[in-house]
Amino acid sequence: MGIFLDGIWQAFYLLVTLDPEVLRITLLSLQISGSATLISMLLGISSGAAVALAEFPGKRVVISLINTGMGLPPVVVGLFVTMFLWRNGPFGFLEILYTPVAMVIAQAVIAVPIVTGITIAAMQNLPPNLRLQILSLGATRIQMVWILMKEARLPLLAAVMAGFGGVISEVGASIMVGGNIKGFTRVLTTATVMETGKGNFELAIALGIILLLLAFLITGVLTIIQQREKRR
Amino acid sequence: MTGPVTPLIELSGVTVHRGGVRVLDVSSLAVAAGETLGLVGPNGSGKTSLLLTLATLLGTTTGTISFRGAPVATRRDRLAYRRRCAFVFQEPLLFSGSVADNVASGLRMRGMGRAEIARRVDETLHRLRIDHLRGRAAQKLSGGEAQRTSLARAFATAPDLIFLDEPFSSLDANARESLVADLAGTLRETGATAVIITHDAQEALALTDRIAVMERGRIVADGPADDMFNNPVSEFMASFAGMETVLVGRVASTRGGAAVVDVSGHAIETAVAAEHGSAVALCIRPENVSLSVGPARAGARSSVRNSFPARVVDVYRKGVFFKVRLDCGFPLVSHVTADSLERLRLAPGRQVAASFKATAVHVIRK
Repeated sequence: MGIFLDGIWQAFYLLVTLDPEVLRITLLSLQISGSATLISMLLGISSGAAVALAEFPGKRVVISLINTGMGLPPVVVGLFVTMFLWRNGPFGFLEILYTPVAMVIAQAVIAVPIVTGITIAAMQNLPPNLRLQILSLGATRIQMVWILMKEARLPLLAAVMAGFGGVISEVGASIMVGGNIKGFTRVLTTATVMETGKGNFELAIALGIILLLLAFLITGVLTIIQQREKRR
Repeated sequence: MTGPVTPLIELSGVTVHRGGVRVLDVSSLAVAAGETLGLVGPNGSGKTSLLLTLATLLGTTTGTISFRGAPVATRRDRLAYRRRCAFVFQEPLLFSGSVADNVASGLRMRGMGRAEIARRVDETLHRLRIDHLRGRAAQKLSGGEAQRTSLARAFATAPDLIFLDEPFSSLDANARESLVADLAGTLRETGATAVIITHDAQEALALTDRIAVMERGRIVADGPADDMFNNPVSEFMASFAGMETVLVGRVASTRGGAAVVDVSGHAIETAVAAEHGSAVALCIRPENVSLSVGPARAGARSSVRNSFPARVVDVYRKGVFFKVRLDCGFPLVSHVTADSLERLRLAPGRQVAASFKATAVHVIRK
């Protein structure tokens, strides 16, 4: 049992004293996953709303593809993003493999379908006549979409939180396209993998606790949203 | 109606298809300014499709919609037209935010100034008697309050034309009655033209000038509301107008110029002429059917009276009356007072005599 108690004790020491390495890793994680989430929010909510509101042939197929995309294995995403960014790959000239930019791209690829899928569900859950009601009040198309989004704002927030939760906790793609370079592309998950491998459990536990806190925060907010939705 | 006056809104040759099925087929329909048109008809007869089409909220397969004589064709036309209209659905469909926010929503879409919005919101809240709800969260209103708010939101933009799809059908009787009265008053004061779908005869009588009856996507009858109630031209309209008994039969003979109709083997006398052998529907108001005990004078010589032995099927209270369903070999409904109920000891299985005058039989030629 000593290994756990020592590890946890050391971990709290690192957290409480704001260890610069832990701090740097955490901030970088938040920056990279935050950027990826921002991108997925812009792309996911707009394309999700478009798919939900438009009528076109093959709509069901598109929705089921997006729903499948919500469960993309991060290592597969990591593999393909790596290939695209490889020195002699199609985007190799950008020379961004093993940089935070590559990680943002890979994480965005993971998060976009999540945000899109939940956005579609959120928009389709609105009362079917709501759209007609808004149009009948004399709304332009843009006004109509804006009001619908406002009415669905809580589930849309849930979509973004789910996207963030998906990318902050994934390790496969980040380690493949980022390379876990100290002080440059080392994030909470990749560092935890490495420190565990090296037997530095106290640092790994400290990073794990931060990840757990973030997960707790996300699910907490999601739960509050769900409860509030139910009351309506 | 005077001929050359351009109707406020006019449909011509409109058809709507959904999933390969034609759900609406209206060759022409015009609504004059200031008029209130009621749409009635059985479920699935296309009332809502017609209303949505009139509001340009449903894609049509063919046909044109004209507003003040000009076609509403392009997207720009539709937006301009919709900004002269309002639509109230059966469910209130309020937005999150306060009651005042909801009432202001149409005005905000039009980019109206803050002061003007405030003035109009005040006026409309007052008109619909919901001033006290102004700051309340719209999602926390009762059914009646929510539908009042929905009506206020519709009237706030001072529409020329308002469409109402059974706006009161989910409300309890009290809320409904006061809201119908307020809607009637608002329509009168604002001079707005209205098209309203209703399943309720009282509502139709209180609100409409004219009634169109729909069946299977078509308008099968259209005329002044009073006429439609007094001389219904379709079976649906007859039962809508409170003629609870509708019997289908064939003219078997003529007596003194009036048709005698065979209904499942029973001869029913009427007071109107009809071609021998033609199919007709007979409609009888329950208040015109009287009940008595003792032997029925079936085939009585008195030519003004139809009298049949009848068995009571069931009895239930309907307001101040009791509704008695009877089986005379054909179904018949009678309304009796509590006094008669007791005197005749009406209960399921009881044998009575049911009679009604020939003049009480409304004949619809099919």
